[in-house]
Amino acid sequence: MASIRLSVPATAKRGDVIELKALIQHPMESGYRRGSRGEAIPRNIITRFECRYDGETVFAADFHPGIAADPFLTFHTRATRSGPVLFRWTDQHGESWQETAMLTVT
Amino acid sequence: MTSDLSFPERRTLIRLGAASMIVSAIPLTALADPADLTSAQRRLFGDREIKQGRVTLKLPAIAENGYSVPLSVDVDSPMTESDHVRQIAIFSPRNPIAEIVRFELGPRAGRASVSTRIRLGGTQTVQAVAELSDGSLWSGAAKTVVTLAACVVL
Repeated sequence: MASIRLSVPATAKRGDVIELKALIQHPMESGYRRGSRGEAIPRNIITRFECRYDGETVFAADFHPGIAADPFLTFHTRATRSGPVLFRWTDQHGESWQETAMLTVT
Repeated sequence: MTSDLSFPERRTLIRLGAASMIVSAIPLTALADPADLTSAQRRLFGDREIKQGRVTLKLPAIAENGYSVPLSVDVDSPMTESDHVRQIAIFSPRNPIAEIVRFELGPRAGRASVSTRIRLGGTQTVQAVAELSDGSLWSGAAKTVVTLAACVVL
């Protein structure tokens, strides 16, 4: 299980733009490195990130090997309604990890 | 004491020297060239005109570690239902793959401001292209000097 760290404000005023931060532990192996015996290390990267909130994908990203290990994202959304904010990462093999944070909108 | 202190520095210098030899020895074919950058842009945006402006890309002036370079991109947009940023793509002219990342936004994003950490295979001018809801394309660029390049056989 990959370790995930999120930063989501606990409360926000309706209409406010809030900052969201998300980090997942992942090697993001580029496929361009070689091991100690010269063997090629196969590519192993997260290719997709999605953030769902209030019934819609509010932000998404396609990752390529140019994203550093332990991908870290800071982005924004407008607070509309109290509820879960879901963060989901999917790797090149289709395996995915997700985490939610509760946001209370006043 | 002074000689003890000077030893690690000398070794660091030797390692740096060796690293630079390896860097200069990699065949340039392993790296993307401006043509790859253009074809990567064409794949995403077609032949549409890309105008300069509205996009602010920030990178450190000097990146000591090419394996993790902080990047932030801001697009001047009200982010409303009728006028917002649809996507932002980041391109490198010197990495093995020109497209680094693509962000999808919409009116719900509230603010077109995203940051992440990227890998850079050498000193270069990174480019960001944003597509707005009216279909127009805008670009911004930032140059960074990379001391230790990523994507190198180490």
